Order: sequence, then structure tokens, then C-alpha cells
Amino acid sequence: MPVKPAVSVVASPAAEKTTPSSPAPVSPVREFLNTRGSGRLADTSFAALMLACACSIFVIVLFIFWILIQNSHLSLAAFGWKFFTREAWDPVSGDFGALPFIYGTLATSLLALAMAVPLALGVAIFLTELCPRPLRAPISFLTELLAAIPSVVYGLWAVFVLVPIMRDTLGPFLVKTLGWTGFFEGANFGVGLLTASIILAIMILPIISSLTRDIMTAVPHSQREAVLALGATRWEMIRIGVLRNSRIGIVGAVMLGLGRALGETMAVTMVIGNHPEIHKSLFAPGYTLASVIANEFAEATGDLYYSALIEIGLALFLVTIVVNAVARLMVWAVTRGAPSRAS
Amino acid sequence: MGVGIQVEDLNAWYGSTHTLQDINLHIPANHATALIGPSGCGKSTFVRCLNRMHETNPIARATGVVKMGEIDIYREASPVEIRRRVGMVFQRPNPFPTMSIYDNVISGLKLNGFRNRRILDETVERSLKQAALWEEVKDDLKKKSGASLSGGQQQRMCIARALAVDPEVLLMDEPASALDPVSTSKIEDLIFQLKTQYTIVIVTHNMQQAARVAENTGFFLNGKLVEFDSTHKIFTNPRDKRTEDYITGRFG
Ligand SMILES: Nc1ncnc2c1ncn2[C@@H]1O[C@H](COP(=O)(O)OP(=O)(O)OP(=O)(O)O)[C@@H](O)[C@H]1O
Ligand SMILES: [Mg+2]
Repeated sequence: MPVKPAVSVVASPAAEKTTPSSPAPVSPVREFLNTRGSGRLADTSFAALMLACACSIFVIVLFIFWILIQNSHLSLAAFGWKFFTREAWDPVSGDFGALPFIYGTLATSLLALAMAVPLALGVAIFLTELCPRPLRAPISFLTELLAAIPSVVYGLWAVFVLVPIMRDTLGPFLVKTLGWTGFFEGANFGVGLLTASIILAIMILPIISSLTRDIMTAVPHSQREAVLALGATRWEMIRIGVLRNSRIGIVGAVMLGLGRALGETMAVTMVIGNHPEIHKSLFAPGYTLASVIANEFAEATGDLYYSALIEIGLALFLVTIVVNAVARLMVWAVTRGAPSRAS
Repeated sequence: MGVGIQVEDLNAWYGSTHTLQDINLHIPANHATALIGPSGCGKSTFVRCLNRMHETNPIARATGVVKMGEIDIYREASPVEIRRRVGMVFQRPNPFPTMSIYDNVISGLKLNGFRNRRILDETVERSLKQAALWEEVKDDLKKKSGASLSGGQQQRMCIARALAVDPEVLLMDEPASALDPVSTSKIEDLIFQLKTQYTIVIVTHNMQQAARVAENTGFFLNGKLVEFDSTHKIFTNPRDKRTEDYITGRFG
């Protein structure tokens, strides 16, 4: 059955003026490109080089781990893996355990995250979505400047400003309003877990917010437009068009902030009170893994003491790994089954 | 000069989805070949298999043989060499936002280390003229970012970028879908000029366009090549009922 053509196939005028000409000479561009090699060697060596870089990370991590294990063998032999769950810390009688330090480290770091993350997100959202253009650069610059201040300076500031505020104003206020929770009890000298957490929060705020800002700026404008055109308010646009697209990157930024909080030494040592005890009250003094190493390493007398401090380092190392693994798992659980970004 | 492309038993997957099934066809050298078919039938996927772009998607996989001239591109050449000889215009314009128009157009030459200023200038002018964009951008070639152009202008700039490397095969995935009738007809004229020297594969939803520019046309449906024949035959007397339904608009 003949088909009625939907379109007419007549040679257009352009068809007539192009009778096949004699083969065109090879252009200089093509000539040049044809002399280029396959790049296979370059690509393979580049890949090998990058692999070497990636492996060096493994090697460094394993090396650190090995050194830590080796140098803490005395304490490992004396207390076994129980070391990580024992509460004692008595250099005089040679009785050591890491639990108070692990508690202090986790409590201050997580508390700092709880305070810093919402603030950092707010700063980043303000900078990318709401801030008037002329103010953007100066504010971003200030945020980054905060990240560059050495931690001992933060520590000094905390000792002279934060501690009095905690002791005289914020502390009594917390006792009055939230005292019933049991988190704000006992003597409040201004130094302790809460003060350490606050200074940590201030210290990690700039890292998290400037990384988050960079991640959010990288979200293509067309994503924002797509959401706005559906009639979204500005906040809905930020939630769906920006935050949702950058969530994995934001988790990465938070993890970097947490890493800094876990390992922070100087500023924390200056305001945490340095007592290896576990208290529910956030006014109580505490101690962190990093602080105890910094404070006691130079004076560590006796091989077991020395070895126990190294094992504290091992504990810090493991805490960092476990915390990161847990965070990855959380990301995986949240994004599992959801479509990933198109490649 | 262009080279012919021989495709044998080409299969392609995205994850576990079998997107292209047993495609066999010969794309003759120095001719234009049009690919038509409903949306989502696998035209873009097929075109991407011709310069090994398909494999850049981490979940994608392809089997079968694709020969460019005498070379089996999946076994006898590196993807880099193949892509250097095959120009590609994507369905969605993808300018480099941090480069000027000038740098966008010659990016294929720059990355290969081509430095001759005079030839670079000439190439930019020639390719932009061929892509029918020269008049609109010649005054701010180096001032404006490639992303600051309108959608259709970006598409023409991407065509110019593909032409600048003087490819032997030109793959165009709906190059005119965002263009006005005047630019469209300029692009069609360009295909007319180029096809005496290059092998051109063009995906299009515009059947008049297929009829105007291409000697041969392939009709894809659900990942299969239903029919491949001379454009004249496809549009006047197709063998397959499904082709007939599609081109007469009785599809679906
Ligand atoms: N990146 C991808 N990941 C997963 N599946 C994909 C991807 N790209 C395409 N597909 C699937 O492969 C099939 C063929 O897609 P393709 O883009 O080749 O269609 P097309 O013929 O070019 O359509 P259109 O005319 O709309 O451009 C579709 O069903 C699509 O769902
Ligand atoms: Mg397509």
C-alpha cells in the first residue's frame, strides 16, 4: 500500500549547489591533530601517579596506626582492650583508662557540632541566597579570617571573655531555665565541658560555613530557577533547589568540622578544667584525649605512663575513624534508594 | 575526508536496562545520515556509542562492533583518538562557562597544544561563520563568557566548537531543536556543505529536516533499529508498518 508521504522529499536549492567536489586538502588543524599520539601512555602514567597519591594516604594511615600500637604495647599488655572502657587515670599507682577522655572528647565535639551546624548553615544560606551583593565579599572574607586565627588565641579569648560570661551570666541563666534537665548542676566556675564546647563551636563555625557556602554556590542556577518557576517561596527554593542538591557535600563539610573539633587541643585545654571525670553536668570540668596528651606527655614518668598516653592517641585515632564511619553510614541510609545526581 | 561507520550487533545498557538491542547498520562516508524516532527510543544513546561517550557514564555498558573506516573503535583505538576524529554536538548545549566565546570555540585545539595564533584566529572565524553565529558575536569574542549567550546561540557555539577541530565524523544530537528557522536553515545549509567532506550523523525530531539534509534515514523504536534505508524510501514507501505509522503521524 503506497503511503502518503508526510513530508515532501524534494531536493532543496541548497542541494544543487553542492555537487561533490574533489577531495579537499587536509587542513592544518586536522594535520596537526592527526600527529598527536593516543595519549595512552600519558593517561596510564597519570592514572598510576594518582593511584600512588591515593595509596600514600593508606600507607600513612597504616604507618601511624602501627607506630601507635607499637609504642603503646606496654599499656596494651597491662590493660588489654579494656583500656578504652576503664575510668581510672592514676599515674602514681600506674592505673590507666581512657573512658573519661573519650567521653570528654565526644561530648564537647558533638555539643559543638550541635551548636555550630545550624549557625553555619544559616551563615552559608545567608551568604549565597540572601545577602546583598556588596556585602557578600566582606562577610565571606571575615568568615575565612576566623578560620585562620590560631587556636591558642581562641583559647586566650575564651579565658578572658567566655569564662567570666559563663560564670556570671550564661551559667546562672541556664541553671534557672534548664536546671531541671540535670545538665546544669553543681558548682559553676566558668570552666568545663560547656565552655569548651562553645569555644569549639566558634572555632569550627567558619570551616563548616565557608565550605558549605562553596558547595551551595556550585549548585547550578537553573536548579533554583526550576524550583522557583513551580511557585516555590524563597525558603522552599533553598530547601529543594539548594540544600537538597548539596546535602552530601554539606555532610562532608560537617565531618571536616567534627574532625577539627575532635583533635582540637590548645583552646580546649585552656577552658575545660582538665579533670578526668565523667559527669552529667556540663558545668563539670572534663578532659579530652588531645588535651591529656598535650598536658602530660612532657612530664610522663615511667614507661607505662608514657605508653598509656600513646594509647590515648590510639583511642583518638579510633574515635575519629568510628565517628566518620557512623556519619558515612548515616548518609548512606538517608540517600539509599534515592536517585543520585545524573552523571 | 570522512570515513564510513559500520555498526554490528551493538547493544547498550544503562545499569540493567537494555537500551539498545542488536543494532546493525552502515553509515556511508561523506553522506548525512538522519536518525528519527520517538523520545526515549535510544537515539542519543546510539550516537554516544559511536564515539565511545556512552562508556563515560559509570552505569553504562556496550557490546558489539563499531568500525570507523577500518578501525574497530572499541578494540583497536583509544577513546581519546576516536573522539579527536569525531566531533560531537550534544542535545543540550554545554558551553564552558569560565571561557570566553573565542576560547570555547578553540578549546579542542588548545587542549591538544595547538598554538599557531593566525590559524587559531582563522579557525574561530571559519567555525563561527559555518555555525551561523559569527555576525552576532564577532565584537565580543574575547569579552563574553560562553554561558552568557542565549540558548540557541550557545548551541551554535557548541557546533562551532565541534567544527573547529575539523573532524572526520560529525555527530549532531538534535542540533537545531533550540534554533529559530533562520539559524536552522543555516545549520542545514552547513550540513549540506560539510557532507561532501565529512560523515554526518544527525538526530532530529523534525522529519522535514531529515528529508532535506540526509541521504539515509534510520528509524528507532524502543531501542531497536526498525528500518534503515534511503531517506526517500523511508518517507515515501517504508517497508515496516511501524515506520509508516510514525512518519504519517499515526503513531501511538
Ligand atoms: N544517563 C542515563 N541513565 C539511565 N538511563 C538513561 C540515561 N540516558 C538515557 N537513559 C534511558 O535510555 C533510553 C534512551 O534514551 P536516549 O537519551 O538515548 O533517548 P533519545 O532517543 O535520545 O530520546 P530524545 O529524543 O528524547 O532525546 C531512555 O529510556 C532513557 O530512560
Ligand atoms: Mg536524545
